[in-house]
Amino acid sequence: MKILVALKRVADPDNANKVRIVAGGEKVDTGNLEWKLNPFDEYALEAALRLTEDGKTPKQRAGEVVIVSLGPKEVETNLRSALATGADRAIRIDAEDDKLDGRLVALALQKLVAEEKPDLILMGKQAVDGDSNQVGQILAELLDYPMATFAATITEGEDGLTVSREVDGGVSVLRLKLPALITVDLRIVSPTSVYSNKTDRAFKYNDGVRFAPLPAIMQAKKKKLDVKPLAELVPDTGLRTQYRKFAPPSERKAGARVQSVAELVNKLANEAKVI
Amino acid sequence: MSEVLVIAELSDGSVRKTTHSAINAARKINQLTGGTFSILVLGAAPAKAAAAELTGYGAARILVCEDASLKNYLAERYAPVVASAARGFEVLVATASSYGKDLLPRVGARLDAAYAADVSDLSVQAGELTLKRPMYAGNAFGFCTLGTPQKVVSIRQSEFDPAEPSGGQTPIADLALAAPGEAARRVEFVSLDQVKSERPELAEARVVVSGGRALKDQFFQVIEPLADALGAAIGASRAACDAGYAPGDFQVGQTGKVVAPDLYVAVGISGAIQHIAGMKSSKVIVAINKDPEAPIFQISDYGLVADLFQAVPELTRELKARKK
Repeated sequence: MKILVALKRVADPDNANKVRIVAGGEKVDTGNLEWKLNPFDEYALEAALRLTEDGKTPKQRAGEVVIVSLGPKEVETNLRSALATGADRAIRIDAEDDKLDGRLVALALQKLVAEEKPDLILMGKQAVDGDSNQVGQILAELLDYPMATFAATITEGEDGLTVSREVDGGVSVLRLKLPALITVDLRIVSPTSVYSNKTDRAFKYNDGVRFAPLPAIMQAKKKKLDVKPLAELVPDTGLRTQYRKFAPPSERKAGARVQSVAELVNKLANEAKVI
Repeated sequence: MSEVLVIAELSDGSVRKTTHSAINAARKINQLTGGTFSILVLGAAPAKAAAAELTGYGAARILVCEDASLKNYLAERYAPVVASAARGFEVLVATASSYGKDLLPRVGARLDAAYAADVSDLSVQAGELTLKRPMYAGNAFGFCTLGTPQKVVSIRQSEFDPAEPSGGQTPIADLALAAPGEAARRVEFVSLDQVKSERPELAEARVVVSGGRALKDQFFQVIEPLADALGAAIGASRAACDAGYAPGDFQVGQTGKVVAPDLYVAVGISGAIQHIAGMKSSKVIVAINKDPEAPIFQISDYGLVADLFQAVPELTRELKARKK
């Protein structure tokens, strides 16, 4: 199976230096934030690696995992570390982080899919900066591909993939024939979430994403990394989604400490009047 | 003038409450820009009967596409129908439930319309419909405009109260099925396992009791009696879900469910930024945690520093005693 994994670098909002809005609100100040790969996209890469191997012999790749990111030169550092975990080669589409929207990213990926012809496209369900949750769905529609969003498990069968998805109130299961697109949720990196045809169903992965051993980091420097200008893939690079301003969330003030359960019940009943 | 189309959501043949929040958003867009709204109901029989539930909410009309092929929701089959119904509408609105989040970007792509996700407020600025939406795990709000003739918007359910009926009868018209593309031939619905529960739905509950990792394998033993005493839905922190103490769809947070109940009780939850983004709009927040430094206390109205294994059963007993 040939898999294309789309990775986005994001300014990490989990960082202790919180997101700040510049005075006037024209933009989000990402200066104090650490750039890293969107965690959901890292999970997608882990799922791609699991789908192209026997879990017992993860050094041997069965098929090909191609990773792609849109962004400036700095993204190559993130792509190299992703290559070190087992991806075969990388493509960077040269673009500025804040001159992208969901449509542009999807159109660029559509072009890339036409060139690369992967069997499967994988990415995170959303990026943790914009929190838009749209590129996978848009791309699937542009390609007229079947999709499974919010994937919690993927199992390769004779005739495609069985995917369980996390939906409101439960789990929905779909069967997809390739080529197809999947966006992944948190639990895709659980020990028994993803099985290729080669991996024994009793095999259990380590929880989470794999880390690159040192020799692999060295080898990753030699792996192929192509660069394409965005305008070569999408002639009209105008934004359809325009952010006019930003604002911090309203602060919520800490209330009172209560000393006992009895006091809590009393306050909830007589002060807050919610019970 | 903005003609608005609300995409209804059905579950087991009846209208989900998410739809009423989307109707409220549509009314708000009409207040801001003029125009009317209509509602699209799609599904297998009894979709027409479900559509009748939405009469009297002030829609100009209700469009119904009832077809056996729409029995189980698949974006590949629903998106073409929604796109075919969208002619003449400037704004398409649904709630950002897992249904809305899955379907709407696909519809937008089909219409070459830009999409804004999880919108928490609407306004008109410099003559343009402006959408306020949370970003960076709720640490910032962006105000965006969509530069396409048609615009697709999913709204955050917790920020739009369900619309109340406004009276009158709404004309209902049939909409023909639009043929799906090649994508639909390569996807097959296998199953939908939904936990049938007497409890209110997490996103719609008036009271939510959430547990964290501190509960360990006693999650349900401790949380359930308290939730029962309060008539509450049960939520959980990501850490509790990841550790397997609670199922994944219990997760409250930026990447899970966003809730805004009248009362939110956080039990053994430290208050990671990710979790807070999913519940800080709650009217009253109660935190019970043995760590007095836990960040959850910084946003809670009532904080109790205590061992939850003692405090929660005691709270449950007191609440039950009050009911008698």
